[in-house]
Amino acid sequence: MANLTLRALSKRYGSFDAVKDMNLSVSEGEFLVLLGPSGCGKTTTLRMIAGFVGPSSGTISIGDKDITALPPHKRNLGIVFQNYAIFPHLSVFENVAYGLRRRKIPKAEIERRTLASLQRVRLDHLAQRMPKQLSGGQQQRVAIARALAIEPDILLLDEPLSNLDAKLRHQVREEIKTLQQDLGITTIMVTHDQEEALSLGDRLVVMQNGEVQQIGNGRDLYEKPENLFVADFIGRTNVLEGAQGGAQERLFQTASGLELICRNVVGHRRAAVVRPEMISVDRVGNGAPARVIAINYLGPVCEVSLLFAGDQKLLAIVGSDRVTSLGLAPGGEVGLSIPPEAAYAV
Amino acid sequence: MIERIRRVTIGLWVMLGFAYVLLPLLLVVWMSFFASEIPRIPPQGYTLNWYAQALENPQFSNSFLFSLQVALFAATLGLLLSVPATIVLRRSRSAFAAAAVQFLTAPLIVPTIVIGAGIYISLVLLEIMTAIPAVGSVWALGLAHTLITIPWCVRLLLANLSTLDNSVEEAAASLGANPLTVLLTMTLPLIRSGVVAAALFGFVVSFGNIELSLFLVAPGQTTLPIAILQYLEWKLDPTVSAVSVAQIVLIGGGLLIADRYVKLTRVV
Repeated sequence: MANLTLRALSKRYGSFDAVKDMNLSVSEGEFLVLLGPSGCGKTTTLRMIAGFVGPSSGTISIGDKDITALPPHKRNLGIVFQNYAIFPHLSVFENVAYGLRRRKIPKAEIERRTLASLQRVRLDHLAQRMPKQLSGGQQQRVAIARALAIEPDILLLDEPLSNLDAKLRHQVREEIKTLQQDLGITTIMVTHDQEEALSLGDRLVVMQNGEVQQIGNGRDLYEKPENLFVADFIGRTNVLEGAQGGAQERLFQTASGLELICRNVVGHRRAAVVRPEMISVDRVGNGAPARVIAINYLGPVCEVSLLFAGDQKLLAIVGSDRVTSLGLAPGGEVGLSIPPEAAYAV
Repeated sequence: MIERIRRVTIGLWVMLGFAYVLLPLLLVVWMSFFASEIPRIPPQGYTLNWYAQALENPQFSNSFLFSLQVALFAATLGLLLSVPATIVLRRSRSAFAAAAVQFLTAPLIVPTIVIGAGIYISLVLLEIMTAIPAVGSVWALGLAHTLITIPWCVRLLLANLSTLDNSVEEAAASLGANPLTVLLTMTLPLIRSGVVAAALFGFVVSFGNIELSLFLVAPGQTTLPIAILQYLEWKLDPTVSAVSVAQIVLIGGGLLIADRYVKLTRVV
């Protein structure tokens, strides 16, 4: 376990910047998530940390040791690959023992640690199986046991849940969280799934076009996005254009004629974001007039698309029972209001 | 009804295809048992005599053994060159790598007889310039045969390597395996079927080759196909068929044995 520091890390492919001047410090025992759409540079960053890709400039260090030039096999990092990368010709036991066999460890010790590692993921009863005989979820656990068996300084997870079906994904997510907390191991995960990132990460690094957009915990990113990309990428959001209204520094006047009290000082910012669950929908007369365009039923809640002031589209999330009691239907007129502090200027 | 007609039609086509491929082989096997010296259909009785004749003929037995040696040498050397080459080339996306693959598989495109003539002329020139006895030497023959095994080895190995997942090797490296260990514990075991198939094809290509050998064999040191050719110039008796059957059995047996270890249908 150790802390990891990236200093001015960059990777260029010709004229394309895969990762641009990245600075990041991960503290001991932290679960950090690199989050962003595909091609944002998160995987390249992970592969540079692992040593599979050499950075164009910048340094990577673990503790106070510079590992930038170290080949992968000398870095002592545990990696769980997106496709698990199970060794197909080796048994479950040999998969997990592989890293230990590369170290000068007595045989009995290898056996003990391999079994202990398999026990941790509850697969010790399948030790003699071949990978082909395992389900996807089991292969995933072998990959985790294999990475942890070498007692790595840092655990790297590359989209570990993306190949699992929805139900299993939830379960494995909890397992990874528990395991990480029990072992207190510094962990870096790459994902494009914001829900996964929010539920697992102590801190999230949102990336786009090779650049860090914002670093913070889930609540920070959701409630205080630093730019429109983050606001749009984390959760769903409504973007309203406009400017500061008069002398009041937190008043935002939208182009569509709404006055919003923001949680932050508007200053020269030109947009305000409002989360769909913050918008309240009521009968006509109670708030600004708007028209329902579409209703998307999602079980406990509905997504209600609204058209306001001619061409301003807004998405509201309304409890399904309220949709029923208000008798909402496409084409119907409603009154909408945005409570104070629901908006955030970006 | 239409479904049945469709199936019968497909079945007939498949059988026709098999017949087209197998008929010459079956004919050779059949003829090797004919009693008469001049093959005639219908045959006038059967005999095993030609097998005895083939065994007793020192020219056939010697050339059979010689071919075996040349083919083993060519297949082995071809593999030793192709395995490292393909492992390096598969990763690279450079134009040089693409050109290198084309270069290594070029002997497949150039008519073998032209290669044979080319090598022969080169050897003659070499001998004139250096006084090294190159024409008709065993090593020249072995190296020439190696040349034609390489395209097969490279094609088969590249096909096999392309199914290999890079992340498996990366995982091994991250667990502490140095590049040599990764090669020995991951890459090579995982392409085993491709290596076996490449060795087998290399062997078969060399063993059956006649175009190169025509230029490169020396008196007293001929390969089996050349010996058969020479025999056919004088006689047409079924001894040649018997020798061919031996060749079919050898290669067929090799394929069957190899198939026990790797599913050939998966790599070829």
